[in-house]
Amino acid sequence: MSISTLIFYILAAVIVGGGLMAVTERKIFRSAVYLLFSLVGIAGLYFYLNYEFLAAVQIVVYVGGIVVLIIFSIFLTAESGQDMKGPGLIRLIFSSLACVIAFSLVYWLLSHHGFTGRNNPAVEASTRNIGRQMLSTSDFGYILPFEVVSILLLAAMIGCIVIALKLRTKT
Amino acid sequence: MTEPGLIHVLVISTALFFIGIYGFLTRRNMISMLMSVELILNSVNLNFIAFNKYLYADRLDGVFFIVFNIAIAAAEAAVAIAIIINLYRKHRSIDIEQADSLKY
Repeated sequence: MSISTLIFYILAAVIVGGGLMAVTERKIFRSAVYLLFSLVGIAGLYFYLNYEFLAAVQIVVYVGGIVVLIIFSIFLTAESGQDMKGPGLIRLIFSSLACVIAFSLVYWLLSHHGFTGRNNPAVEASTRNIGRQMLSTSDFGYILPFEVVSILLLAAMIGCIVIALKLRTKT
Repeated sequence: MTEPGLIHVLVISTALFFIGIYGFLTRRNMISMLMSVELILNSVNLNFIAFNKYLYADRLDGVFFIVFNIAIAAAEAAVAIAIIINLYRKHRSIDIEQADSLKY
Protein backbone atom coordinates (compact mmCIF):
# COMPACT_ATOMS: atom_id res chain seq x y z
CA MET A 1 0.00 0.00 0.00
CA SER A 2 1.50 3.28 -1.07
CA ILE A 3 1.63 6.42 1.05
CA SER A 4 -0.78 8.17 -1.34
CA THR A 5 -3.46 5.55 -0.70
CA LEU A 6 -2.92 5.94 3.03
CA ILE A 7 -3.37 9.72 2.74
CA PHE A 8 -6.62 9.18 0.84
CA TYR A 9 -8.02 6.93 3.54
CA ILE A 10 -6.97 9.35 6.30
CA LEU A 11 -8.75 12.18 4.44
CA ALA A 12 -11.84 10.00 4.01
CA ALA A 13 -11.86 9.21 7.74
CA VAL A 14 -11.52 12.91 8.62
CA ILE A 15 -14.37 13.88 6.27
CA VAL A 16 -16.85 11.19 7.31
CA GLY A 17 -15.90 11.22 10.99
CA GLY A 18 -16.09 14.99 11.19
CA GLY A 19 -19.48 14.97 9.49
CA LEU A 20 -20.81 12.25 11.82
CA MET A 21 -19.61 14.09 14.93
CA ALA A 22 -21.05 17.36 13.58
CA VAL A 23 -24.57 15.94 13.35
CA THR A 24 -24.50 13.93 16.60
CA GLU A 25 -22.64 16.24 19.02
CA ARG A 26 -24.93 17.82 21.64
CA LYS A 27 -23.03 21.06 22.20
CA ILE A 28 -23.60 23.33 19.22
CA PHE A 29 -20.19 25.04 19.29
CA ARG A 30 -18.35 21.70 19.21
CA SER A 31 -20.60 20.66 16.36
CA ALA A 32 -19.47 23.72 14.38
CA VAL A 33 -15.82 22.83 15.04
CA TYR A 34 -16.38 19.28 13.78
CA LEU A 35 -18.00 20.75 10.66
CA LEU A 36 -14.79 22.76 10.23
CA PHE A 37 -12.74 19.54 10.34
CA SER A 38 -14.96 17.95 7.72
CA LEU A 39 -14.68 20.96 5.38
CA VAL A 40 -10.88 21.08 5.77
CA GLY A 41 -10.81 17.37 4.94
CA ILE A 42 -12.73 18.06 1.73
CA ALA A 43 -10.22 20.80 0.84
CA GLY A 44 -7.48 18.21 1.42
CA LEU A 45 -9.27 15.83 -0.93
CA TYR A 46 -9.27 18.54 -3.62
CA PHE A 47 -5.52 18.89 -3.08
CA TYR A 48 -5.18 15.11 -3.35
CA LEU A 49 -7.02 15.14 -6.70
CA ASN A 50 -4.76 17.98 -8.01
CA TYR A 51 -7.38 20.75 -8.01
CA GLU A 52 -5.37 23.36 -6.11
CA PHE A 53 -7.58 26.28 -7.14
CA LEU A 54 -10.71 24.57 -5.83
CA ALA A 55 -8.97 23.69 -2.56
CA ALA A 56 -8.02 27.34 -2.10
CA VAL A 57 -11.59 28.47 -2.88
CA GLN A 58 -12.97 25.87 -0.46
CA ILE A 59 -10.71 27.03 2.37
CA VAL A 60 -11.31 30.74 1.73
CA VAL A 61 -15.09 30.60 1.32
CA TYR A 62 -16.16 27.72 3.55
CA VAL A 63 -13.58 27.69 6.34
CA GLY A 64 -12.88 31.40 6.32
CA GLY A 65 -16.38 32.61 5.56
CA ILE A 66 -19.29 30.31 6.24
CA VAL A 67 -18.02 28.55 9.38
CA VAL A 68 -16.94 31.86 10.92
CA LEU A 69 -20.40 33.25 10.09
CA ILE A 70 -22.04 30.20 11.71
CA ILE A 71 -19.89 30.56 14.85
CA PHE A 72 -20.76 34.26 15.09
CA SER A 73 -24.45 33.49 14.84
CA ILE A 74 -24.10 30.75 17.48
CA PHE A 75 -22.66 33.31 19.87
CA LEU A 76 -25.41 35.80 18.96
CA THR A 77 -28.29 33.39 19.49
CA ALA A 78 -27.84 30.11 21.35
CA GLU A 79 -26.31 29.48 24.74
CA SER A 80 -23.22 27.79 23.37
CA GLY A 81 -22.27 26.01 26.60
CA GLN A 82 -25.56 24.20 27.09
CA ASP A 83 -26.59 20.91 25.59
CA MET A 84 -29.06 20.98 22.74
CA LYS A 85 -32.34 19.16 23.12
CA GLY A 86 -31.96 15.73 21.55
CA PRO A 87 -34.46 14.21 19.13
CA GLY A 88 -37.14 11.88 20.36
CA LEU A 89 -36.44 8.16 20.32
CA ILE A 90 -38.93 7.43 17.52
CA ARG A 91 -37.53 10.20 15.32
CA LEU A 92 -33.97 9.01 16.01
CA ILE A 93 -34.75 5.40 15.08
CA PHE A 94 -36.66 6.23 11.92
CA SER A 95 -34.19 8.82 10.62
CA SER A 96 -31.17 6.59 11.14
CA LEU A 97 -33.04 3.65 9.61
CA ALA A 98 -33.96 5.73 6.54
CA CYS A 99 -30.41 7.00 6.11
CA VAL A 100 -28.78 3.57 6.51
CA ILE A 101 -31.19 1.91 4.08
CA ALA A 102 -30.80 4.69 1.50
CA PHE A 103 -27.01 4.60 1.85
CA SER A 104 -26.87 0.84 1.31
CA LEU A 105 -29.16 1.15 -1.71
CA VAL A 106 -26.94 3.82 -3.30
CA TYR A 107 -23.82 1.82 -2.42
CA TRP A 108 -25.28 -1.25 -4.11
CA LEU A 109 -26.12 0.81 -7.21
CA LEU A 110 -22.62 2.29 -7.33
CA SER A 111 -20.87 -1.04 -7.00
CA HIS A 112 -22.99 -2.62 -9.76
CA HIS A 113 -22.82 0.20 -12.26
CA GLY A 114 -19.90 0.21 -14.64
CA PHE A 115 -18.83 3.78 -15.32
CA THR A 116 -17.41 4.47 -18.76
CA GLY A 117 -15.48 7.64 -19.41
CA ARG A 118 -13.66 9.19 -22.31
CA ASN A 119 -9.99 8.55 -22.74
CA ASN A 120 -9.12 11.92 -24.24
CA PRO A 121 -5.94 13.64 -23.01
CA ALA A 122 -6.50 15.43 -19.73
CA VAL A 123 -6.64 19.22 -19.46
CA GLU A 124 -4.53 20.61 -16.65
CA ALA A 125 -6.83 22.29 -14.09
CA SER A 126 -4.48 25.20 -13.54
CA THR A 127 -5.70 28.62 -12.45
CA ARG A 128 -4.72 29.98 -15.87
CA ASN A 129 -6.91 27.51 -17.76
CA ILE A 130 -9.81 27.94 -15.34
CA GLY A 131 -9.69 31.74 -15.57
CA ARG A 132 -9.43 31.77 -19.35
CA GLN A 133 -12.39 29.45 -19.84
CA MET A 134 -14.51 31.15 -17.17
CA LEU A 135 -14.25 34.59 -18.76
CA SER A 136 -14.36 33.43 -22.37
CA THR A 137 -17.28 34.45 -24.59
CA SER A 138 -16.73 31.68 -27.16
CA ASP A 139 -18.13 28.14 -27.00
CA PHE A 140 -17.93 26.47 -23.58
CA GLY A 141 -17.17 29.82 -21.97
CA TYR A 142 -18.78 30.59 -18.64
CA ILE A 143 -19.10 34.38 -18.81
CA LEU A 144 -22.93 34.38 -18.64
CA PRO A 145 -23.20 32.22 -15.46
CA PHE A 146 -20.45 34.36 -13.98
CA GLU A 147 -22.53 37.51 -14.47
CA VAL A 148 -25.69 35.80 -13.22
CA VAL A 149 -23.89 34.70 -10.04
CA SER A 150 -22.61 38.22 -9.48
CA ILE A 151 -26.21 39.51 -9.71
CA LEU A 152 -27.26 36.76 -7.28
CA LEU A 153 -24.58 37.79 -4.77
CA LEU A 154 -25.69 41.43 -5.05
CA ALA A 155 -29.32 40.40 -4.48
CA ALA A 156 -28.31 38.27 -1.45
CA MET A 157 -26.35 41.19 0.00
CA ILE A 158 -29.27 43.60 -0.38
CA GLY A 159 -31.63 40.96 1.02
CA CYS A 160 -29.44 40.46 4.11
CA ILE A 161 -29.32 44.20 4.75
CA VAL A 162 -33.09 44.53 4.37
CA ILE A 163 -33.79 41.54 6.65
CA ALA A 164 -31.35 42.61 9.35
CA LEU A 165 -32.44 46.26 9.28
CA LYS A 166 -34.12 47.43 12.47
CA LEU A 167 -37.26 49.36 11.62
CA ARG A 168 -37.34 52.53 13.66
CA THR A 169 -40.86 53.68 14.41
CA LYS A 170 -41.40 57.37 13.85
CA THR A 171 -42.79 59.21 16.81
CA MET B 1 -7.52 -1.19 1.20
CA THR B 2 -7.47 -0.88 -2.56
CA GLU B 3 -6.13 1.92 -4.71
CA PRO B 4 -8.57 4.86 -4.54
CA GLY B 5 -10.62 5.48 -7.64
CA LEU B 6 -13.95 6.89 -8.74
CA ILE B 7 -16.04 4.55 -6.57
CA HIS B 8 -14.17 5.52 -3.40
CA VAL B 9 -14.82 9.24 -3.84
CA LEU B 10 -18.45 8.53 -4.73
CA VAL B 11 -18.88 6.43 -1.58
CA ILE B 12 -17.45 9.24 0.58
CA SER B 13 -19.81 11.67 -1.13
CA THR B 14 -22.82 9.38 -0.55
CA ALA B 15 -21.90 8.90 3.11
CA LEU B 16 -21.58 12.65 3.61
CA PHE B 17 -24.92 13.24 1.86
CA PHE B 18 -26.82 10.85 4.11
CA ILE B 19 -25.03 12.14 7.21
CA GLY B 20 -26.35 15.58 6.23
CA ILE B 21 -29.86 14.18 5.69
CA TYR B 22 -29.72 12.50 9.12
CA GLY B 23 -28.67 15.75 10.77
CA PHE B 24 -31.41 17.65 8.94
CA LEU B 25 -34.04 15.17 10.15
CA THR B 26 -32.94 14.90 13.78
CA ARG B 27 -31.78 18.41 14.68
CA ARG B 28 -34.35 20.95 15.87
CA ASN B 29 -31.97 23.90 16.09
CA MET B 30 -31.96 26.08 12.98
CA ILE B 31 -28.20 26.70 12.96
CA SER B 32 -27.52 22.95 13.22
CA MET B 33 -29.90 22.37 10.32
CA LEU B 34 -27.98 24.97 8.31
CA MET B 35 -24.76 23.06 9.06
CA SER B 36 -26.37 19.85 7.78
CA VAL B 37 -27.32 21.64 4.55
CA GLU B 38 -23.69 22.72 4.15
CA LEU B 39 -22.63 19.06 4.47
CA ILE B 40 -25.11 18.07 1.74
CA LEU B 41 -23.84 20.82 -0.59
CA ASN B 42 -20.26 19.68 -0.04
CA SER B 43 -21.14 16.10 -0.89
CA VAL B 44 -22.57 17.34 -4.20
CA ASN B 45 -19.32 19.18 -4.89
CA LEU B 46 -17.36 15.97 -4.24
CA ASN B 47 -19.56 14.19 -6.78
CA PHE B 48 -18.84 16.81 -9.45
CA ILE B 49 -15.11 16.68 -8.85
CA ALA B 50 -15.01 12.87 -8.91
CA PHE B 51 -16.76 12.65 -12.27
CA ASN B 52 -14.64 15.44 -13.71
CA LYS B 53 -11.40 13.86 -12.52
CA TYR B 54 -11.96 10.22 -13.37
CA LEU B 55 -14.36 10.22 -16.35
CA TYR B 56 -14.10 13.54 -18.20
CA ALA B 57 -10.58 14.76 -17.54
CA ASP B 58 -10.49 16.55 -20.91
CA ARG B 59 -13.02 19.15 -19.77
CA LEU B 60 -13.17 21.65 -16.92
CA ASP B 61 -16.96 21.90 -16.49
CA GLY B 62 -17.01 20.18 -13.09
CA VAL B 63 -14.66 22.82 -11.74
CA PHE B 64 -16.97 25.63 -12.88
CA PHE B 65 -20.01 23.93 -11.41
CA ILE B 66 -18.21 23.69 -8.07
CA VAL B 67 -17.11 27.32 -8.13
CA PHE B 68 -20.68 28.52 -8.81
CA ASN B 69 -22.03 26.04 -6.27
CA ILE B 70 -19.75 27.46 -3.58
CA ALA B 71 -20.83 31.02 -4.44
CA ILE B 72 -24.51 30.07 -4.20
CA ALA B 73 -23.88 28.22 -0.91
CA ALA B 74 -22.25 31.33 0.54
CA ALA B 75 -25.19 33.52 -0.51
CA GLU B 76 -27.65 30.97 0.91
CA ALA B 77 -25.82 30.77 4.25
CA ALA B 78 -25.71 34.56 4.57
CA VAL B 79 -29.44 34.97 3.91
CA ALA B 80 -30.33 32.04 6.21
CA ILE B 81 -28.28 33.46 9.08
CA ALA B 82 -29.87 36.89 8.62
CA ILE B 83 -33.31 35.27 8.83
CA ILE B 84 -32.32 33.20 11.89
CA ILE B 85 -30.98 36.22 13.78
CA ASN B 86 -34.07 38.25 12.94
CA LEU B 87 -36.25 35.38 14.17
CA TYR B 88 -34.24 35.21 17.38
CA ARG B 89 -34.90 38.91 17.96
CA LYS B 90 -38.64 38.35 17.67
CA HIS B 91 -39.08 34.99 19.44
CA ARG B 92 -35.97 34.69 21.67
CA SER B 93 -35.53 31.16 20.35
CA ILE B 94 -34.14 29.43 17.28
CA ASP B 95 -36.00 26.18 17.80
CA ILE B 96 -37.72 25.13 14.58
CA GLU B 97 -40.87 23.99 16.44
CA GLN B 98 -41.51 27.47 17.81
CA ALA B 99 -41.15 29.27 14.48
CA ASP B 100 -44.83 28.96 13.63
CA SER B 101 -46.02 32.56 13.42
CA LEU B 102 -46.77 32.22 9.71
CA LYS B 103 -48.84 29.09 10.33
CA TYR B 104 -51.84 30.42 12.23
